[in-house]
Amino acid sequence: MTSCLGRGLNATSAALQAGRSGLKQCDFETVDIDTWIGEVDGVDHVRLREDLLRHDCRNNRLAQLGLQQDGFEQAVRDAIDRHGADRVGVFMGTSTAGILQTELAYRERDPVTGALPPSFHYAETHNAYSVADFVCRYFDLRGPSVALSAACASSAKAFGNAARMVQAGVIDAAIVGGVDSLCLTTLYGFRSLELTASQACRPCDARRDGISIGEAVGLALVECGGPSGAMQLLGVGESSDAYHMSSPHPQGRSAQLAIEAALKAAGLTADQIDYVNLHGTGTPSNDAAESKAVYAVFGDRVPCSSTKASTGHTLGAAGAIEAVISLLAIRDGFKPAGLNVEQLDPAIQIDYLTQVRHAPVQHVLSNSFGFGGANASVVFGRGV
Amino acid sequence: MLTGLDSNRVFIDGIGLTGPGLSNWAEGREIMAGLRPYLPQTTNLTAPAGLPAAERRRVGPLVKLALQAGMEAVEAAHAAAETLATVFASSSGDGDNCHALCEALAGDRLISPTRFTNSVHNAPSGYWGIVSRAVAPSTTLCAYDASFAAGLLEAVTQVKVERQGVLLVCYDAPYPSPLREARPVTQSMGLALVLSPQASANSLASIEVALCDEAADTLPWPELETLRRSIPAGRGLPLLRALATGSSASRVVLDYLNQRQLAVELRPCI
Repeated sequence: MTSCLGRGLNATSAALQAGRSGLKQCDFETVDIDTWIGEVDGVDHVRLREDLLRHDCRNNRLAQLGLQQDGFEQAVRDAIDRHGADRVGVFMGTSTAGILQTELAYRERDPVTGALPPSFHYAETHNAYSVADFVCRYFDLRGPSVALSAACASSAKAFGNAARMVQAGVIDAAIVGGVDSLCLTTLYGFRSLELTASQACRPCDARRDGISIGEAVGLALVECGGPSGAMQLLGVGESSDAYHMSSPHPQGRSAQLAIEAALKAAGLTADQIDYVNLHGTGTPSNDAAESKAVYAVFGDRVPCSSTKASTGHTLGAAGAIEAVISLLAIRDGFKPAGLNVEQLDPAIQIDYLTQVRHAPVQHVLSNSFGFGGANASVVFGRGV
Repeated sequence: MLTGLDSNRVFIDGIGLTGPGLSNWAEGREIMAGLRPYLPQTTNLTAPAGLPAAERRRVGPLVKLALQAGMEAVEAAHAAAETLATVFASSSGDGDNCHALCEALAGDRLISPTRFTNSVHNAPSGYWGIVSRAVAPSTTLCAYDASFAAGLLEAVTQVKVERQGVLLVCYDAPYPSPLREARPVTQSMGLALVLSPQASANSLASIEVALCDEAADTLPWPELETLRRSIPAGRGLPLLRALATGSSASRVVLDYLNQRQLAVELRPCI
């Protein structure tokens, strides 16, 4: 994965274990908003593979960065060798894909006709499918492929879609991931809802005032079987709020359903979870509702934190990078801290970690919730 | 080959159709069975029943399209909407809304919070939840021109794995200029299917799906074939044609992606 915390697994793990944040004051593009963001350094210098240049946009550059890290590309090529190019599926979560490209094109409309510039490639950059198409073309895949786009739950849900396809025998392996990149739509959009934090976001703090928007890529290769000791996707639980388009149910009713469904799918009890990676956006309503749902299942017995004060809220990529963070917690034996907390919200009763805790971690549950009432919880573990 | 194992088959219990000159499935079925001619018209949308007044003011044509097609299928299946998981499939999402946001961002950057909220690809899923009170899982996906077949593959897979009824809704609407020139979707269309793991009195047919390398089926009527090609949701019309005409087992091949197609083996329930 890559986020503002750094490039690759080891950089990410080191930053989390050191309690570092990658957030900074917003200086993205021409954006004039008093908020903080999580920007990945050097995206502008990434050059896509020659044969994929029509796909050139910030989002696919981030995708390529992720594909080329930590031996991921080779692992996929090995899986293709084992199973065939028609038996490896692609499940990419994104909320805005390459819409920055369209935003820029709208500034360059023909003054007479209003037409977009000829350099604008809709299918390869703007369309939500563009990032999944990019991954398929990168590996010459011939199997099922899809972009999942359920706002901030997109790439957590992608694990469910992929797992079902493997379970049904449609495919043998799946590239599951999330990519979202900074753009004006989300920065100005969340500001219009008064949900952008005035400083670096402070999930679960009594005075939290919103999110810090980030960008990231997170990728996982999911297969049946695997060697002993391999990281495992144990269960996915999904639900819908059926309540409001942009506000969570105040009691976290359906969030709780998703958590319980994920535990059931994993065959685990609440007490077998060692750490919960919260959605924890830092908005007053999300953290209040989510903590009620988490408390209803786990009480105050399970350490929880939001890593969004470290990475920013990477929207459609959040589920994927928090899956990777969950796996790093298991691999490296630590529970990340929720940063920037001056005073924990007294109304939040869960065991919220404000310091990194080093300890063996066997099972992690990760939450992702989005606009439209989309909820997903995913459980990860390590095989014995 | 059709398998003899009903446990592996998925049943179609209800169909919804909203498109230009295709007001509903009853009308579409007669047209595609060759019982009446196709007459082109603009797509007729109604305000979704059951949506609270505040939400009804906020929804645009795309959400109305998706809800209308979905509700028709659920009613036809005599299903309880709140029990169904959902799969929403669309290539472009809400093009009017997207255009308005991009224009604002190229200008004064004053964005309407409602427009931003509605810009998420899963907006129809969110409004569907509010209307139907369904807390069941919902997937919203995009696969460009293959969005119908991708949605069908996802919905069939969910029915098989979760052994649960699933509503599939696939819908697309035109962009305004200048995005229309970059992505010329000509008209609005919504297709919906209620899929079930068991046969019931409402079951119309059972299906099995698999990727294949054959050419996709086309439609024998030039105007409908144009809709099939020019609206991503229209790529599902050959399946509806088979459902309209089929009194015996048939095989339909739909456009998919990665140079593959999706074959649907269809067996009518009589």
